[in-house]
Amino acid sequence: MATLNILIAVCLGYVAMLFAVAFMAERAALRGRGNWLRSPWIYTLSLSIYCTAWTFYGAVGYAARSGLEFMTIYLGPTLVMIGWWWALRKMVRIGRTQRITSVADLISSRYGKSGVLAVCVTLLAVVGITPYISLQLQSVTLSFSSFAVSDAEGAELIATYDTALWVAVGLAMFTILFGTRNLDANERHHGVVMAIAVEAVVKLFALIAVGVFVVWGLAGGVGPMMERIDASQIGQWQVNGGRWAGLTLLSAAAFLTLPRMFQVLVVENEDEGHLRTAAWAFPTYLMLMSLFVVPIAVMGLELMPPGSNPDQFVLTVPLSQGRDGLAMLSFLGGFSSATSMVIVAAIALATMVSNHIVMPIFLRVTQGGASGPTDVRHVVILARRMSIGVVLGLGYLYYKVSGGGTALAAIGLVSFAGLAQLLPAMIGGIFWRGATRNGALAGLLVGFAIWAWSLLLPQFGGGALSPGVMEQGPWGISWLRPEAMFGIEGVDPLLHAALWSLSLNALVFVVVSLISFPSPLERLQGAQFVNIFEHSSNPQSWSGGIAQSEDLMIMAQRILGPAEAQSFFQTEAARQGLAGYLPEPTPDFLARLERELSGAVGGATAHAMVAQIMGAATVSVEDLLAVADETAQMMEYSSQLEAKSSELTRTARQLRAANEKLTQLSVQKDAFLSQISHELRTPMTSIRAFSEILRDADGLQPKDLTRYASIIHAEAIRLTRLLDDLLDLSVLENGQVSLNIREGLLSDVISHSIAATGADMHALRVRRVGPASEVMLNTDLDRLAQVFINLIANAQKYCDAERPELTIEVNRRGGRIIVDFIDNGSGIPPEAQSMVFEKFYRVADRQAGGAGLGLAICREIMARLGGTLGYLPGQGGGAFRVSLPAAQRMAAR
Amino acid sequence: MKDKSIPVFLERRSYRQRRLMDAARLLPLLGALLWMVPLLWPRVQPAQGSETAAVSTSSAILYMFAVWMFLALAALFLSVMLDTKAETRDPRDD
Repeated sequence: MATLNILIAVCLGYVAMLFAVAFMAERAALRGRGNWLRSPWIYTLSLSIYCTAWTFYGAVGYAARSGLEFMTIYLGPTLVMIGWWWALRKMVRIGRTQRITSVADLISSRYGKSGVLAVCVTLLAVVGITPYISLQLQSVTLSFSSFAVSDAEGAELIATYDTALWVAVGLAMFTILFGTRNLDANERHHGVVMAIAVEAVVKLFALIAVGVFVVWGLAGGVGPMMERIDASQIGQWQVNGGRWAGLTLLSAAAFLTLPRMFQVLVVENEDEGHLRTAAWAFPTYLMLMSLFVVPIAVMGLELMPPGSNPDQFVLTVPLSQGRDGLAMLSFLGGFSSATSMVIVAAIALATMVSNHIVMPIFLRVTQGGASGPTDVRHVVILARRMSIGVVLGLGYLYYKVSGGGTALAAIGLVSFAGLAQLLPAMIGGIFWRGATRNGALAGLLVGFAIWAWSLLLPQFGGGALSPGVMEQGPWGISWLRPEAMFGIEGVDPLLHAALWSLSLNALVFVVVSLISFPSPLERLQGAQFVNIFEHSSNPQSWSGGIAQSEDLMIMAQRILGPAEAQSFFQTEAARQGLAGYLPEPTPDFLARLERELSGAVGGATAHAMVAQIMGAATVSVEDLLAVADETAQMMEYSSQLEAKSSELTRTARQLRAANEKLTQLSVQKDAFLSQISHELRTPMTSIRAFSEILRDADGLQPKDLTRYASIIHAEAIRLTRLLDDLLDLSVLENGQVSLNIREGLLSDVISHSIAATGADMHALRVRRVGPASEVMLNTDLDRLAQVFINLIANAQKYCDAERPELTIEVNRRGGRIIVDFIDNGSGIPPEAQSMVFEKFYRVADRQAGGAGLGLAICREIMARLGGTLGYLPGQGGGAFRVSLPAAQRMAAR
Repeated sequence: MKDKSIPVFLERRSYRQRRLMDAARLLPLLGALLWMVPLLWPRVQPAQGSETAAVSTSSAILYMFAVWMFLALAALFLSVMLDTKAETRDPRDD
């Protein structure tokens, strides 16, 4: 006989292996090597959390009690899975595009991201799932005691320690470790999913092993087995037709609405294509799970003493035959079923509780997401961990309170009926645009109330409802009797409760939806959900100013983590063509941000957080038209109008810009003309004056004559030079200049320029430094020399040092040649530095007498040559820097 | 010749896909119908001995699992047929 100690050791070993599997899967996913984690087979196996300890142990007990009725629990999910094209495909698509995190999130998002609805669904789920979790604890405890029967020491152990408590604590730890390791933006848990897939294989293998042992080992083959089945007390068809159909419907509904099923079906889904495989593979899995249930039940009824618990036949039949190994395997199968269900259910519920109850309260208390020093991520994770603890604690409490006596299947069905209340709101939400928030809320409340009154409370036995209430109804109102509502008696209690709650739920849902009017956001979300395959665009529009971007960033950093938030904002800014981290809060960007956040904290909360920063949500005309597409032409016409109007606005803006530019040009031209006429007038005036003197004055000395004539000559030359310069500038500015590209040494050009200015002969001393002057240039050498001459001449003219000195320094930097002209004068005052390149600008009105066009021309020339000319401040004198693109090769030295 | 045959082929193909989708939609209804057949079976009346013999559990099991197997195979067939289309659309799928 297996001792309990061995059992516990095996159990712990098994859990350790699960830990290892989950840990390795997480590691692989982190390193991006988790491709095999995303296979459709893993997805299909993860769906098997539908088969809990209830189906593992309970189905056999169920079959032993009422024959084939147990099958209904599998028929519903099979039909839903085979009908994936109807509902599941749509739900998965919605879940992926809207970043849905839970069933409460789905329903609240559909009905205008309603927080109230999310809270209601969450509470309902917690209340509905608690009995289910307690059921798992009970089944593990029961299976322990089944082993303990044969082990006196073990029985003592069981009596001293509270197995359920230890199991609950262990499961809570596992779930916290792998379910809340990180706040993943897409809410997927590779480790957990992998562990569940392994458990799925273990439980299927265990059940089949026991089944094979029973059929071929005990009964002696299929034929004899069938005979035994027919001869047993469940040998004939005895299923109540109402229960048959009702339970099939109920299990189908529960398959869609159970939070843990939603978690693995939709939230953990990696790829829509996986549904294709699951569509046939999961029904096959269910079929295999139920294949040997009846044989095991029949064998148990035959072999076990009357009065033994049929729920434990899977364990006790092998035990009674001395097959301890098989019993151990079977125990592990049951253990797997229980643990996987509890883990996923706890994760799903914790996500809902933290996203829809804790976070909204936290946000309200801390006055919005953007203020306060706390890291919201920590709050979310802490809230999840606490919620897991609370959920498992509630399950344990229920187990203690209810006494754990009821047959396993009965408790499971209570949960199913409770969660099925979500079905009208869910299915109505994704198929019917007319469904409204008020309708969903009213239907849910009615269904939940009837379920609690007629099914949940009577479960507690005498504690919750007195026998008086059960028999006469509350306050003597007989038609409110929990098990005979509206005076209809004699119906099976489960069927009675499910029938009334679901039908009234659906009725109220539809009627209230018909008479109420949805908010714009609701209508918009409705259109998004129902027509998910037509447009998977963004749900709603926000509008706001740039100032809010920073607040959004602060908030996002605290939810998504700094690195992720920053890269998200940077990408978004880049998408808008902006540098840095702060994109414009366009509706597009805000919708994406909201979806990103909702992956972490749920749709309603994310919406509320963004709303707190951005102010009220605005629904754009386009969105509203999408909602009200009853008249397609209308929409077409309006959007055309809108397009036209926006086009007109654009054109007007362009025209305004063009006009502004023209005005500016006109002002510039005026300034230029007045400048030029001034420049022309000064020499003209003196020419006129002196020529008048020559004409009118008699008896002029020859010396004066020569002087006047030479003044006229000098002024004429100045005029000519001015006109030449102007012509040169205009040619350069218009780009009509033809360059005479030649090869030559830079040092030659500089030498030529120095010689041309005659700088060496004058007071100015020229110093040439720099290693790179032996550079071969490929450019217009004459033009370049013109620039150099101008710069040297400027130094000659303006350098006010006692011993003027000009340093010409040549350097090579990167692909460019830098030539600096630095003199030792007082330089150009800072306020004039930006002006020296303007036309007609002169630093001081000294006699130097240029027209003020030289530097402007030089700069134009350099631009034509592909270089630049700029003033170089901070060199202790006037300094200009000429930069040129380097030629392909250095001169041979 | 070739130019003409290609569109016909494609059209026929997408037509086939449409009908496969129809089949995928109808399959669960068929399954539900088949599994509700047991509602018509005579069953054991617990109180008084029944006159018509109730269906034996072994034949019930055979029927239920036969339907189950048929549904799974039909779903497999449909998913494979619909799968090839997805594969041409998305080569990443394995």
